[in-house]
Amino acid sequence: MTTQTTAPKTTGATPTGATTGLIGIPPHIGRALATGGGVATIASTFLAWTWTAEFPGDLTVYGYPGGLQVLVLIAGALTALFGLASYGVKGLRWLVPAGADAAVKFAALAAFATTWYTVVAISAKLGGLVNLEPGGYIAAAVTLIALLGALALPFQRPEPDPFDPDDTGWEQFKHTSSQNWQTVKAAFATGTPRPVRALPSYAEILIIVGILAVALLVFTYGIGTEYDELFVGFLIVAGFGFAAAHRAGLIAQATEITARHQNITVCGAFVAAACFPFTQSDDQYATLGVYILIFATVALGLNIVVGLAGLLDLGYVAFLGVGAYAASMVSGSPSSPFDLHLPFWAAVLVGAAASLVFGVLIGAPTLRLRGDYLAIVTLGFGEIFRITANNLDGTSGPDVTNGSNGISSIPDLEILGFDMGIAHDIGGFTIGRFANYFFLMLLITAVVVLVFRRSGDSRIGRAWVAIREDETAALAMGINGFRVKLIAFAVGASLAGLAGTVQAHVTYTVTPEQYLFAGTTPPNSAFLLAAVVLGGMGTIAGPLIGAALLFLIPNKLQFLDDYQLFAFGLALVLLMRFRPEGLVANRRRKLEFHEEADAPTTLSKTGA
Amino acid sequence: MTTDTTTKDTAPGAPAPGTTVLDARGVTMRFGGLTAVNGVDLTVNSGEIVGLIGPNGAGKTTFFNCLTGLYIPTEGEVRFKGKVLPAKSFKVTAAGIARTFQNIRLFANMTVLENVLVGRHTRTKEGFWSAVLRGPGFHKAEAHSRERAMELLEFVGLAAKADHLARNLPYGEQRKLEIARALASEPGLLLLDEPTAGMNPQETRATEELVFAIRDKGIAVLVIEHDMRFIFNLCDRVAVLVQGEKLIEGDSATVQGDERVVAAYLGEPLENDPGAAEAAEVEAAEAAQASETARADDTTTDTAAGKENDR
Repeated sequence: MTTQTTAPKTTGATPTGATTGLIGIPPHIGRALATGGGVATIASTFLAWTWTAEFPGDLTVYGYPGGLQVLVLIAGALTALFGLASYGVKGLRWLVPAGADAAVKFAALAAFATTWYTVVAISAKLGGLVNLEPGGYIAAAVTLIALLGALALPFQRPEPDPFDPDDTGWEQFKHTSSQNWQTVKAAFATGTPRPVRALPSYAEILIIVGILAVALLVFTYGIGTEYDELFVGFLIVAGFGFAAAHRAGLIAQATEITARHQNITVCGAFVAAACFPFTQSDDQYATLGVYILIFATVALGLNIVVGLAGLLDLGYVAFLGVGAYAASMVSGSPSSPFDLHLPFWAAVLVGAAASLVFGVLIGAPTLRLRGDYLAIVTLGFGEIFRITANNLDGTSGPDVTNGSNGISSIPDLEILGFDMGIAHDIGGFTIGRFANYFFLMLLITAVVVLVFRRSGDSRIGRAWVAIREDETAALAMGINGFRVKLIAFAVGASLAGLAGTVQAHVTYTVTPEQYLFAGTTPPNSAFLLAAVVLGGMGTIAGPLIGAALLFLIPNKLQFLDDYQLFAFGLALVLLMRFRPEGLVANRRRKLEFHEEADAPTTLSKTGA
Repeated sequence: MTTDTTTKDTAPGAPAPGTTVLDARGVTMRFGGLTAVNGVDLTVNSGEIVGLIGPNGAGKTTFFNCLTGLYIPTEGEVRFKGKVLPAKSFKVTAAGIARTFQNIRLFANMTVLENVLVGRHTRTKEGFWSAVLRGPGFHKAEAHSRERAMELLEFVGLAAKADHLARNLPYGEQRKLEIARALASEPGLLLLDEPTAGMNPQETRATEELVFAIRDKGIAVLVIEHDMRFIFNLCDRVAVLVQGEKLIEGDSATVQGDERVVAAYLGEPLENDPGAAEAAEVEAAEAAQASETARADDTTTDTAAGKENDR
């Protein structure tokens, strides 16, 4: 390709407010480099990158990409596609409704980061650069070229603020760095996407199906990554790829289309989720699937309490525990003090009812408190639940929960003669034990989603939001604050209890140590809250995505080990700094941004 | 002025003009040793606009809070349509008193329409189960609520902005929205706490029209305001609150002509007033200043002296 044709030369002072690139390569050459680099990246993934199979993922073969190369291939393809679209190629215009340049930059960044991560990982793992085959060098070079080319694409530079001549050196330094940061931000910014063309509704539904299929594919790939390096690569590509799609305006258009067909989207999402076990050949990843689903469902329940009603509950996992204990005690387990074996539907009712009672008992005295006080009291109650469950063992107190041993050997469920404990063959697919529970849990999730959506958009939901926004004004509008908050608390509690009933059967054993305030394994109260905040408060998709990430990342990145909580904390701080509304922004937040977007934007639509 | 406005559009069920809606007797509010409101009597009749004025810190808003259940009066009682008001603010709203706030308290992150729908909370009954099960009753009630809310937005002139976030409205429209939200609870009495604060003359004029229109719907209005022109244009009766006590009550002319009101606003030193000594000091300083400026001819010293005086 165009290797080594241009060394990046940096020009001195750039004219203010002009549309130039970050790097002083002429834009048309930059565009060619980026697009060509993307194509070359694709080609390079078909080469061998290393000589030995000791580095996982089969990177030694000429002819087809393997492991991390596949991810690089995807990133390279994205770069090439967005690059071609930036030339205005006819069939690709739909890819970039908000302009291609920022998308090219992010896609090139994705390819570059993944390739260089791979190359560095190979060198580090196998001990030196000698372990790289020429293919590895070529890939590293072409992705670098593509990135440099992409960075040369023009953008509207922000007007620099003049210096204050009285500033000290430190203040000038701060001023300059904030200026540079503004420039970098502007380089990756994009225009407003043009509105979606009116399509026949069947076409829009097909688009939704396509979006969901991509989502399922991405999720299945992520959950199925077999080694640390591949998962890191997956996170890089998924993150930057999403950013690229966002900058291209595709995400905005997808949101617009799904918003038009909300019910279809929700149903479709459940169908897509139900397809997940069929993509798996064994039960290994279905296990992860069902744990993620439990975690996500409880997080969604917490979102009613935190996201809608604004009640900070730090002991929410206790309600999951109450549901699980209640269900396990009536499950016919030998270590249960009650010799009872209720059918599942009755156990579900018992679990939800127990959590409801517990929620009302805790809520009635505590919900008179506001803000921080409520958080501390709920934190206390969460711990009281765990310690009580520990002590009701027959020696410290009456024998109810079997103490720290918990209630074990909980039998598998049998619903309408369908034994959840054994594998079934359905249409050529083997559906194992965890896949069975995955389907059951999906049903519970559907119930929680239904309750969330319907209660959120009603008189009671508006009262919750009003209480959250301004309690005094809400009271003055005739809302019985205490009653409304108690309903939110009780609903949240019983939904968690519902999830708990299934969890008890999935894990075989219910012990007090599963329901901590904070620990390394989700679900615990801190992680639940983090999933809600990370994903986006007051949304449905937010906690689901947040929970999936919070479960998968510690699970997949075993090498983090002792640094898990540290990394988690760091990620949370960064997220709160740069995207405080969470990964999925609430409709209200979106409206906020919508208002700003009404102002005419000065960013060029396409740089060509 | 106010005499020619009609009351024929009275809403059905509204009491005949002239009957007492609000009857506050001997309302006293003490915070520890401080008596913020002291034995205030006030009645509001249906179809009437009553003004409540007084210098800053006179206890007007405290009195409002006593009427709306945010505070429980230390002494005295408040009757609304003959019944003693309950002590919880949401029950007061249910009984038929709605209010706005001095510093706007909208639900900033809800849309304009949602804000008004929240106001309808007491007049609808759909609970949690109804919301989840979505029977025909739910859809009917929801549709009716939306229709009523849109009518109210139409009434205050915000219908076109129903889907905007409340926080993005300009200041004057936020005030209007607060009034619409209060009206959504179908009150018999509307309490407005400084509805024109921060408005320009045109907006004030529009608010005046709006309050008349509300009165014409058969809703009695009690309004706190500092804008005297607004108050005297608007109100059938004006009560003046000074240092927690009612100084005088009467029609615009009576209040305007009363010396004590003028004194309360312009700060004539009262007997035994703790500020009397300082006032005397200021007077002396002013006298000295005057003689000094008389001596100095050029304007520069004049402005400098003025500056000093301001301090």
